[in-house]
Amino acid sequence: MNEHDPKGIPQTTPRQSATFTQDINSDIRRAAATGIYDIRGGGAKRKVPSFDDLLFMGASISRYPLEGYREKCETSVTIGGLHAENPIELDIPITIAGMSFGALSGPAKEALGRGASAAGTSTTTGDGGMTPEERGHSDKLVYQYLPSRYGMNPDDLRKADAIEIVVGQGAKPGGGGMLLGQKISDRVAEMRNLPKGIDQRSACRHPDWTGPDDLEIKILELREITGWKVPIYVKVAGARPYYDTTLAIKAGADAIVLDGMQGGTAATQDVFIEHVGQPTLAIVRPAVQALQDLGMHRKVQLILSGGIRSGADVAKAMALGADAVAIGTAALIALGDNDPKWESEYNALGTTAGAYDDWQEGLDPAGITTQNPDLMARFDPIEGGRRLRNYLKVMTLEAQTIARACGKNHLHNLEPEDLVALTMEAAAMAQVPLAGTNWYPGKPGTSY
Amino acid sequence: MQTIDLSETGLREMNKTLHAQAETTNQTTWEIINPKGAHAIACGLDAPIEVTVKGSTGYYCAGMNQKATVNIHGSAGPGTGENMMSGKVVIEGDASQYAGATGHGGLLVIKGNASSRCGISMKGINIVVHGNIGHMSAFMAQSGNLVVCGDAGDALGDSCYEARLFVRGEVKSLGADCEKKEMRPEHIEILRDLLAEAGSDAKPEEFTRYGSARNLYNFDVDNAAAY
Repeated sequence: MNEHDPKGIPQTTPRQSATFTQDINSDIRRAAATGIYDIRGGGAKRKVPSFDDLLFMGASISRYPLEGYREKCETSVTIGGLHAENPIELDIPITIAGMSFGALSGPAKEALGRGASAAGTSTTTGDGGMTPEERGHSDKLVYQYLPSRYGMNPDDLRKADAIEIVVGQGAKPGGGGMLLGQKISDRVAEMRNLPKGIDQRSACRHPDWTGPDDLEIKILELREITGWKVPIYVKVAGARPYYDTTLAIKAGADAIVLDGMQGGTAATQDVFIEHVGQPTLAIVRPAVQALQDLGMHRKVQLILSGGIRSGADVAKAMALGADAVAIGTAALIALGDNDPKWESEYNALGTTAGAYDDWQEGLDPAGITTQNPDLMARFDPIEGGRRLRNYLKVMTLEAQTIARACGKNHLHNLEPEDLVALTMEAAAMAQVPLAGTNWYPGKPGTSY
Repeated sequence: MQTIDLSETGLREMNKTLHAQAETTNQTTWEIINPKGAHAIACGLDAPIEVTVKGSTGYYCAGMNQKATVNIHGSAGPGTGENMMSGKVVIEGDASQYAGATGHGGLLVIKGNASSRCGISMKGINIVVHGNIGHMSAFMAQSGNLVVCGDAGDALGDSCYEARLFVRGEVKSLGADCEKKEMRPEHIEILRDLLAEAGSDAKPEEFTRYGSARNLYNFDVDNAAAY
């Protein structure tokens, strides 16, 4: 660049605005051109305080580590033993979060079932009903009871190993989902009782109840229909975790699924994904506090989701008091979504591998988030299942390795005392000391 | 006839007994006495039996019903016939909110009035109300028929999809994207059958049909004011 103007006067370096960044400017231009808000899939992309801001201390003298690869570190978890005749027994505390048939292809749902079953854990249906693919390949299947009630029927309820009443989702607390017309194929339309090709909107609230007292009666109804055999989970977005957990327990939930803002969605408004909800790190301790205040910690299980990626995340969630975690986006990546091998095709869609999030368009080159038969045919559910199984096993091994280093013979024995925080924000949210101190903001008996 | 006294037999035991009836049961007629507004009475039935509830019920009576006929000789609480798949539910009295919500099939007959959100998100159920219905009825209704022999409250059929709404009396207001539709011979035929099955002597010709204008089927910024 010429540093002088034609008169020879030095020019200042062009400076991008920190407020009107290139990303923001492109959002504005897109809104101006289309007249409609941006709809996309995935979770929040902005950086928020996260599990990356926590570290395990490991053991030295004051704590005693276990021998890696030799001493046992248990990973099993039982979910829903409070009221259900048949609680869910999982080998690992990592479950597959609810994702709809419609958002995902049938082969993708099959792969989730194959991978989860091979790893000894459960999968979950989503908005749109239960498909034979996922029931047939999932040893343990959680059936979501959603506000939309698409495909909801008592036969499938009775085929489920657990029922998850979805009240909210971390990517969009208070909001409903969408499935744009491109993905309403004949099969999806039939399952959802909708005309083919329309932009379908899912309700943001259950149509036949209005609050916690109604939820309690709704749980009673579902238990009566299924003979009190299977656990009832209640899934809430991590918006007001203390109160929502309290009310879900009061309503009789066997387990709480708590979903932070890094949690994904098939499709909703970008403004919702980025600006509504709380980070996953921030919602664990209030929920655990609610469980403890009611004497229900470890009796009503807490399943945490929202951007869980590794064994370290699993271990941190459990150290903060969760009983298990659920993964959604990470599972899709394990199956092969956003894989660089499709880079040229992502480029053709105006994006790049790792950033593709227009799942609502039904054009996923990986054949996972689509109903297009040609694209779906690219995806091998057996290979996808193998990859997911490997990923789940690796996460488990990672979490075990950390737990042993902290001297724990079960992942559930991890505790907040095993952690320190790298930032003040993380220390405050996780209520663990800032590294190098014995203090966190808000700790009783300390001052700022 | 088999009689279950709900003041002596608990809810669980009652539903368990009804659920145990197979398709070929010869115990086809059941009576439930002393319901006293209990919730979840006779929900999840899945056999061609006839159950008569002698008194008023609480929430979700006959929820997710399949194949059975449930008669309520009283008034019904919220969510009666919720998500029913088939069979028939008849309420001799009035129905509270969300009657027939998300129902996929079967026939729900309300001999009295229904409260708000009757037929909300209905997905194929047929509902016949002899009296009036409250506001936001058939909100987001997807398919099936809602027949109202009396009047309808505010915002009828708001954001509905392909459900057919028939009202004999006045409609206080139509919801977003709901409009008056032509009454064609096939609609008269549908109505005639439903009214006969529901025991109503109303004439099909007296009804007006309402349904989706289909303007909100796809996102368009020009429709933003409709929401």
